[in-house]
Amino acid sequence: MIIVTSHDNIIIGLEIHVQLTKLKTKLFCSCSSKYRGAEPNTYVCPICIGLPGSLPVLNEKAVEFAMKLAIALGCKINKSMYFFRKNYFYPDLPKGFQITQYNKAGGKAFGDGGKVIIKKKSGKKEILLNRIHIEEDPGRLVHKGSIVSSPYTLVDYNRSGVCLIEIVTEPVINSPEEAREFLNQLKSIIQYCGIADLDLEGSVRVDANISIKGHARSEIKNINSFKEVQRALKWEIRRQKNFIKRNKLLKQETRHWDDSRRVTVGLRSKEFEKDYRYFPEQDLVPIELKKSYIEKIKNYLPEMPNARMKRFQNQYGLSEFDSEILVMDKDIADFYEEAVNSEKDFESKEYKLLCNWLKGDISRWLNLQNKKITDTDLTPIQVVNLVKLIEEGRITGKIAKSVIGDMMLGTPIKKILKQQGKKRIADEEKLSSICKKVIQENSEIIKDYKTNPRALEALIGKCMKETHGQADPKITRKLLLEYIEK
Amino acid sequence: MSKKEEFSQETIDYISKLALLELTDAEKKDLSTQLNDIISYFHKLDDLDTSNVPPTRHPLENIKNVYRNDIPTEGLSNEEALQNAPHKKEGFFKAPKILKD
Ligand SMILES: [Zn+2]
Repeated sequence: MIIVTSHDNIIIGLEIHVQLTKLKTKLFCSCSSKYRGAEPNTYVCPICIGLPGSLPVLNEKAVEFAMKLAIALGCKINKSMYFFRKNYFYPDLPKGFQITQYNKAGGKAFGDGGKVIIKKKSGKKEILLNRIHIEEDPGRLVHKGSIVSSPYTLVDYNRSGVCLIEIVTEPVINSPEEAREFLNQLKSIIQYCGIADLDLEGSVRVDANISIKGHARSEIKNINSFKEVQRALKWEIRRQKNFIKRNKLLKQETRHWDDSRRVTVGLRSKEFEKDYRYFPEQDLVPIELKKSYIEKIKNYLPEMPNARMKRFQNQYGLSEFDSEILVMDKDIADFYEEAVNSEKDFESKEYKLLCNWLKGDISRWLNLQNKKITDTDLTPIQVVNLVKLIEEGRITGKIAKSVIGDMMLGTPIKKILKQQGKKRIADEEKLSSICKKVIQENSEIIKDYKTNPRALEALIGKCMKETHGQADPKITRKLLLEYIEK
Repeated sequence: MSKKEEFSQETIDYISKLALLELTDAEKKDLSTQLNDIISYFHKLDDLDTSNVPPTRHPLENIKNVYRNDIPTEGLSNEEALQNAPHKKEGFFKAPKILKD
């Protein structure tokens, strides 16, 4: 029997704008693009505030970065192209037009097609891309209060002219979860290309086209982080389904995601025709990309997450699941490889242990603190030492877990253990007295043990508590069993 | 010349809306005549046979790949940037509100 979930009727297409934050300057001028945290209108020049007579000049690195992403995504790169003007009036566009690429009227996108493979419970799915292209970022608008009530608009052009890459998917995404998974994979690929750090505030903007099969679609604008996309899509699907349930007619419309109220709202913007009157930008000369140049960039492209995942399985004997988790964040994967390769005696057992520490306690700590591994003082060699100490039986796994926090802050494991006096207690005599004490004090559990052997775990736990986690669990178990049987 | 290429009342209304211009009827009539003259002038090009000429995208078609290195340089100060702005506030350019009430 085929179970048709309600998700099969949902059609989502995404338009993702990401800033190429690893560029030092803007797309068409030499203003620094590191404007974050700066006073308004202090990272500007005549070109990016659109003063008459100023002329744009293309940043060569931007073309190289776009090419890296196009290759990584498997797009067909257009070898001959030029820029277009997209005309509309809005205060965030100082010139009254945005310089962008256009795939109609004789124009070409930077790259056509391409795909991203995502993981699903039921297997893998290819999310097909329509195209990618480069364009300039508009400025930032600031409203007093809300966009509706604000009596005027304040404009900061620090962001104006920063290089954006737009990635357009085909309408082939069928659920908010798929959208999230797609964006996670895309983020990973972008990180591997070394062209942007998408954790930077405001480096990502997503527009989503969403409809339920057979009904009008809405376009949600203003989704300002990958995390918000899933939330916005879920909300919009619910709204559309409720409409249909009540036999109301959905109309094709543009809606804004209000991330403070977490709803999409239909906004009536000032009469504004969607006629952008694209025409070729005459202030910029055409781009012609040589095949040899594309090949060169291709050869310098680092290993992509998918290939690395397969290598991790082969080289370190990790499962597909483990490899996938490790490679997703390039910094974690780099850290892992440095760790496993720093001890020549390490083998698959240690490879797996290191993987467990990274995807387990270390990742948990990073998530809780909302930090990247490169922001911490933890070094691969410290995690290697941790694994060695456990293997040599000098500390228990429980102690190891308890010191991760301090290790993340840069304190070497050996120093922590010295300070805390934490070592594994393997001395049978010492453990004997502890076990005896615990047995005496817990006659209820002993009674329970007669019918429920699992009560032994509770006794081991008590011994651990007595020794602040230092008792060797194996010896403790052995001793407890001995004494209970007596 | 075909009818649709003329600047009809509808066309004038449409393009003035795109340009965010509010025109009086007299202005519209005036502009309609002027724009029609300009377009007719361009129609002189139709006298030439261009069926074998590839379209020109750029007047400097032989110049390609003019690039700049990704090296930052000093831009304008905030005062300089706002110097010509008629409306400003706290270092920002000040613009009318975006949405209708
Ligand atoms: Zn600039």
